[in-house]
Amino acid sequence: MDPADLKSGRLAPADYANHFADAHPPLNRTQALIEAERCYYCYDAPCQTACPTGIDIPAFIQRIAQDNVRGAADAILTANPLGGMCARVCPTEVLCEQACVRNTNESKPVEIGLLQRFAVEGYFAKPGKPLFERAAPTGKRVAVVGAGPAGLAAAHGLARRGHEVTLFDAAPKLGGLNEYGLATYKVAGGFAQREIDWLLSIGGITPKLNTRLGRDITLDGLLAAHDAVFLGQGLQGVNALGIAEPELPGLRDAVDFIAELRQSAPEIVAVGRRVVVIGGGMTAVDAAVQSKLLGAEQVTMVYRRGPDGLSASLHEQQWAQTHGVTIRCWARPLAVEAEGGVLRGMRFAATRLEGGQLVDTGEQFTLEADMVLRAIGQTYRAEAAGSGLALEGGRLKTDADGATNLSRVWAGGDCRAGGRDLTVEAVEHGKRAAASIHQALTGVAHG
Amino acid sequence: MADLSTDFLGIKSPNPFWLASAPPTDKEVNVRRAFEAGWGGVVWKTLGEDPPVVNVNGPRYATLWSQDRRVIGFNNIELISDRPLQVNLDEIKRVKRDFPDRAMIVSLMVPVNEASWKAILERVADTGADGVELNFGCPHGMSERGMGSAVGQVPEYIQQVTEWCKKHTKMPVIVKLTPNITDVRFPARAAKAGGADAVSLINTINSVMGVDLDRMTMSPVTDGWGSHGGYCGPAVKPIALNMVAEIARDPATAGLPLSGIGGVSTWRDAAEFIAMGCGTVQVCTAAMVYGFKIVQDMCSGLSNFMDEKGYANLKAFQGMAVPTVKNWNQLNLKHVEKAVIDQGTCIQCGRCHVVCEDTSHQAIWATKDGKRHFHVNEAECVGCNLCVSICPVPGTISMRALQAGETDARTGRVIDGSYANWTTHPNNPMRAACG
Repeated sequence: MDPADLKSGRLAPADYANHFADAHPPLNRTQALIEAERCYYCYDAPCQTACPTGIDIPAFIQRIAQDNVRGAADAILTANPLGGMCARVCPTEVLCEQACVRNTNESKPVEIGLLQRFAVEGYFAKPGKPLFERAAPTGKRVAVVGAGPAGLAAAHGLARRGHEVTLFDAAPKLGGLNEYGLATYKVAGGFAQREIDWLLSIGGITPKLNTRLGRDITLDGLLAAHDAVFLGQGLQGVNALGIAEPELPGLRDAVDFIAELRQSAPEIVAVGRRVVVIGGGMTAVDAAVQSKLLGAEQVTMVYRRGPDGLSASLHEQQWAQTHGVTIRCWARPLAVEAEGGVLRGMRFAATRLEGGQLVDTGEQFTLEADMVLRAIGQTYRAEAAGSGLALEGGRLKTDADGATNLSRVWAGGDCRAGGRDLTVEAVEHGKRAAASIHQALTGVAHG
Repeated sequence: MADLSTDFLGIKSPNPFWLASAPPTDKEVNVRRAFEAGWGGVVWKTLGEDPPVVNVNGPRYATLWSQDRRVIGFNNIELISDRPLQVNLDEIKRVKRDFPDRAMIVSLMVPVNEASWKAILERVADTGADGVELNFGCPHGMSERGMGSAVGQVPEYIQQVTEWCKKHTKMPVIVKLTPNITDVRFPARAAKAGGADAVSLINTINSVMGVDLDRMTMSPVTDGWGSHGGYCGPAVKPIALNMVAEIARDPATAGLPLSGIGGVSTWRDAAEFIAMGCGTVQVCTAAMVYGFKIVQDMCSGLSNFMDEKGYANLKAFQGMAVPTVKNWNQLNLKHVEKAVIDQGTCIQCGRCHVVCEDTSHQAIWATKDGKRHFHVNEAECVGCNLCVSICPVPGTISMRALQAGETDARTGRVIDGSYANWTTHPNNPMRAACG
C-alpha cells in the first residue's frame, strides 16, 4: 500500500523565504506621505467609529503627513497598545477602511491599515524615550490569564496605571494567537515578539509561562493571591467534525498546523500533496493558503453553507483564490476515507438551504486528500476556570467593561461572549477591563 | 480651431505663451529648445553691463512642496545673466534669425544713468530683437546695488528710466513691475507716464523659503548663510492676478497693454490672466518644473477652451472679467446667498460642519433624526463660502442666491431684488460723504 503523500521539503530551499515573506509589504516613506495626503481628516470620523479600539485615525494620519511618526504612533498606541499587530491582521476592509468616505466616489479607501503599520513600525525602529510612563505603584496585584491580544492589552493598561501584573500563559512564549495562531506571512520579521518586547518595556508585568489555568493554577488560588483577575485565555477547544475521526497522520487541527508553521522553519513542516481544509473562516484561509505555499498541489476549502456565510472576509477569500485555493461551498463532511491507517480523502454530502434549514441534497462526492485540516471553529473550555462563572452561548458572560458575575474577575478576548473573534476586539476588551479594574481597585476613573 | 496668435505692441507670436526672463532663457541652447517645443516667445534672461555678475555656486533655488511633492512655490537667488554681454547678444541675433515668427524680447538691467541705458539699447537693437523689457523687479542681490526692485519701488525712477529708454530706442518698451510695493498702481502709472508701451507683472516676491530645524539656519544657505530670494510659482498667482486687475481697472492705466506673469502653470491660469486684460502671459516655474513640452499642453487646453466657448481668438475674451473687479464698497449688500449641500454626492466627511462650527457661523448641522447628515441651517448661514472652499467633492456644496420675494431666514428680511451698497448703508457713518 502507498503511504499518504505527506511530506516536508516540497519546494526548492530558496522558495520558502519568498513564499512566507510579508504578505503586504510595508509602505515606504514616500508611499506613506502620498497615502496620508488622501485622508480628508473627517469630523467625527467614520473610520474611528468603525475601529473597535477607537483609534483617532485622522490624527495619526495627519501626523504621518506632517512627518511626525512618533506622534502618529502615540495616537495609535494610546488607543490600542497592539496597534502594530492590528495593522497587520485587522480585516480593515470590514472595519475602518469600509467606513472611509473615500469609498463613496472612488471605491478606494485610504490604506489605513498600511499607514498604521508604517507609523507603529517606524516608531519601533526608532523609539527614543518611552511613549508611556508607568504611574506610581499602587501596591495592587492583578493576575492576567492568557498572554494573547486581550491579556497583553489588559496587562499593559494595568501596568501603566501602576498595578503589579503577573501574566500567565500555558504556552512557552507570550503572544497567544499573535504568536501561534496567525499565518506566517502576516507577521513576518518576528513582529509578534518585537511588539511584546515593546509592550513589556512599560515595566510592572511579570510573565509566568508554561502555566495553565486548571492544571498549574486555579482561579481561586489566583484570587487569593491577587486583588483582581483578568481571564483572557481564549478558546482551547477545537470543534470536532461530528463524524468518526480516526487517529490518522494528516488529519489534524488547522490551528496546530498554523502554530507548527509559526514555530518551525517551513522547510520542515509536512504538507499533503492534496489538502482539504474544512471550514470557512480566517483560520481555514490561513491553513489553506499556507498549505499551497508549502507546495501542496491541490488545496480545497470546503464550507457547508453558501458563500454568504463564509466568515473569512471577501479580501481573505480573494487572497486564498489568488493563491490557488479552491473554495467549495455547500458541502458537509460525511466520512474520513482511509485504507489501512492511511488517509485517502474525505467524503462529503452536498447541501442546500430549504426553508432556512441546511439539508443534504442527496448527492455525495469524495475529495482525495493526503491531509485534512479541521477549521470549523473553537470552543471555550469552561472547566479550566471553574464552574462559578456564568456563561452565555458557551462563553463567559460579562458586562460592557468585561466584569464577570464573580467579584474581582474580569474577562475579555475570544473567551468572552458576544464578540466577533477579532484581534482588535480582544485588545479593546483588555483595554476596557484594565480601566474598569483600576477603577474598582482605586475608586478612581482614569483613562 | 481657435486662433492663439497674438499681436502685442506689434510683436507677433503664434501663441500667448512667452517664457519669462529667467534661467530657462539664459542661453541659446535653452531658447532654441524652447522654440522647438513651441513657445510663442521668450524674454531673454536679463542682460547687464560687463563685467558680468557672478552667481553663488551653492543652492540658487528652494521649494515649497505640497505633501505629494508637487511644487507649489519656488524661490531663487540667481542674479541676472552671468555671461559676457556680447555672447548673449550674438546668441539672441542667431536665434531670432532662425525663429523669425517668435517673439524675442530682451530683458535689461543697468545702473540708473542715461548713458548706461542708451549704450545697451543700441547694442540690443542690433540683434533684431522685437522689444525690450526693463527689469525693475528683481528683489534679490541686484536691488542691493540700486537696480531691479530698488528702481521698481520708486515710481520717479521708473518714469525716468522709461523716458530714457523711449528716447534711445525704437523698440517697444515693456516695464516689468515688482510686487514688493504697497500699491502697484503707482509704479504702473509711472511707467505709463514715462512712455512705456506695456507693463509686465509680477516679478518675484521677497521670500525666505524656510528654516532648517536641524542646523537652525534659514534655507537655502550658501556655506551657512542665506539671503532672501524671489518667490514664484502657483502660490503667487492670486497676488499677480490682483495686481494685473488693479492696473487694468485703474482709469489712469486702463488700456495699457499687459503681459501677465505669476504662477501660470495651466491653460486655465493663462486664460484667467487674459480675461483680466493681459495680451500675453509669461511662464517660468511651470517650465522649470516640467520642461518646455508643457507649452503644448497649455496651448491644447486654451484652444479647446476657446472652441468650446466660441472665442475665435484671444481678443474675443481678453479683459472680459475686468469690469467685474470693483471696490468693496460697490458690492451689493442686498444680495444674499446660502450654502446648499447636495445629499446625493455628499460623502459625509463632515468637514463643512466642523469648520463652520469651529471657525464660522455654526450653520451646518451634523445630524438629522439622530443620523450622520450634514445640512445647512439657513437661519445662521451668512453665505461665506467656507464650506464650498473646503469640501473635498467638487460641486457637492454650492451657493444659491435668494431670489426676489424669498425671505432671508437669518435676518427675516425679504429679498427685493434691488441693489444697495455700503455707501448708502445706514450703518456707514460716512454715508453722507459717500453720497
